[in-house]
Amino acid sequence: MHAVRKSWLGIVAIIISIFVFLVPFSFIILTAMKGKNEAGFLSFSWPTEFHLWDNIVEVIQTRNFMLVTALINSTVLTVASVAIMVLLAAMVAFVLQRRASKWNGLINFLVLSGLIIPPAVVPTIWVLQGLGLFKTLGGLILVEAAFGLSFCILLFRAFISTIPREVDEAAIIDGAGSIRLFFQVVFPLLRSVIITVIVVQSVAVFNDFTNPLYFLPGDENATVQLTLFNFQSQFDTSWNLLFTNILLITIPPLVMFIFFNRQIVAGMSSGAVKG
Amino acid sequence: MATIAPTKPLTGRRSAPLLKRKKMKSPYSFWFYLVPAILYAVLFLVPTFASFFFSLTRWTIFDATFIGFGNFVQFFQEPNLVQGLVNTFIYATVTSALKVVLGMLLGVLLTSQIIARGYLRSVVFFPVLVSTIGVGITFAVLMNPTKGLINEALATIGIQGPAWLTDPAWALLSVALVDVWKGVGLATVIYIAGIVSIPTEYFEAAKVDGAGAWKNFTQIILPLARPATVTVIILSLIGGLRSFDLIWSMTRGGPGFTSDVIASVIYKQYQAGFYGLSTAGNVILFLIVTLIILPLSAFLNRKEVY
Repeated sequence: MHAVRKSWLGIVAIIISIFVFLVPFSFIILTAMKGKNEAGFLSFSWPTEFHLWDNIVEVIQTRNFMLVTALINSTVLTVASVAIMVLLAAMVAFVLQRRASKWNGLINFLVLSGLIIPPAVVPTIWVLQGLGLFKTLGGLILVEAAFGLSFCILLFRAFISTIPREVDEAAIIDGAGSIRLFFQVVFPLLRSVIITVIVVQSVAVFNDFTNPLYFLPGDENATVQLTLFNFQSQFDTSWNLLFTNILLITIPPLVMFIFFNRQIVAGMSSGAVKG
Repeated sequence: MATIAPTKPLTGRRSAPLLKRKKMKSPYSFWFYLVPAILYAVLFLVPTFASFFFSLTRWTIFDATFIGFGNFVQFFQEPNLVQGLVNTFIYATVTSALKVVLGMLLGVLLTSQIIARGYLRSVVFFPVLVSTIGVGITFAVLMNPTKGLINEALATIGIQGPAWLTDPAWALLSVALVDVWKGVGLATVIYIAGIVSIPTEYFEAAKVDGAGAWKNFTQIILPLARPATVTVIILSLIGGLRSFDLIWSMTRGGPGFTSDVIASVIYKQYQAGFYGLSTAGNVILFLIVTLIILPLSAFLNRKEVY
């Protein structure tokens, strides 16, 4: 009786999930496979002719291979900013968790502020301009790293608190200084949380639209999220190309999801238990 | 810190009591803070503090003329901007409320012994990882009043769907619904983590006492998953109050200004070259977020008695 009701509930859930979640994704794929005219009907239908490959080629070539440039930009941006975040956040979290000092209250406050406070846009541009970093990829990398630090510090700190202090003490007795203690002893132990941080933040930076929009304007600097506006125009939107583009830029997060599902979920839901 | 053992090996030959008085070198060096502190200060703290000043000026990046509270007065006098303010509250409230309710329901459902649980968890969570702009564009098409799939589907069951994004009364709500579609997966995994961490003894004891599913939910899951609820509320409020990209990709604040929120007002004023006004918007957003989040999180966390 109970089991029957459970499977009944499951079937209903599956049917609803198909309509709510699978149909929109199939719509993206179907439209990406259509020709221009057919895609213009915006209908949820099987393509009469398949143009997926032509569409991919055309999307890639559009505006002088802008998508390729954007993909390179986004990759550099993601790799560099996440690398900076991981290294700096792990160092901060390590000292913050291990060493009691009168500064800890202030540092914790700043970390939480970084999570809550919306960044001030134009003043950030003003600062970047003063440093000569406005409209440069380097500037955006630093901005993304600065904005992402807080979240990473919280994840690292929670994990470091589970590493016994005896590990540190053993290393210190063996004569390790602060650099060796951190880089050779503690950092390797952080492997699992580092993977979590890398995956979660890579997806976040790769998908980020707002910061590139403000801090890295200009076509030659476009990141992948901004390429989506290539095919939208008031008069003549090429829906097939637009959705091909959406499909292409969804692949990296999809790959991440397939391989790192568990770490992503763990990273994003951490804090729920402790509150 | 001073009480841990390895004081002796640290500096070798000297005797321990002497060390106590001497300033001992911690292996947890403060200079680890240096680089991140500079990065954070220069790109986050300085702009934040500078925004308070620049919001009081007429500003062209190169020079700023002090005009007092002129920008704020303008912000609260222009109906479009006030509308943006109101919309921000509506948007944040609607999205957070729906994420809490749906996230909790899905969390309970997906922790029960249900068939295809793995599939359901994946499919609910995946939209979280997809580009917001991509989701926005896709749903803008699906919500097309005449050709869109949603209204066609509604028509087959005899419902005349609204004009969604082109109807001033529905535009903001439509975007909020898509926000929930995209974000409910995160709320769900937070609830799943919270529910899974409830000790099974509670459910066993309840079973002995003859509690049904509803009793389990109201008496055990609801109170004990409270930290998850707090996290979901806080996270989705922070996200909802500063939401920009979804709204921008779906309506650009339109039709008219009916789906503008503060974040889109900030962008529009920035584009128009009103940097002072744009920054005033930033300051207002800052005040709103902190004035809502700080008391709320203090309140929610204080009442945690379990």
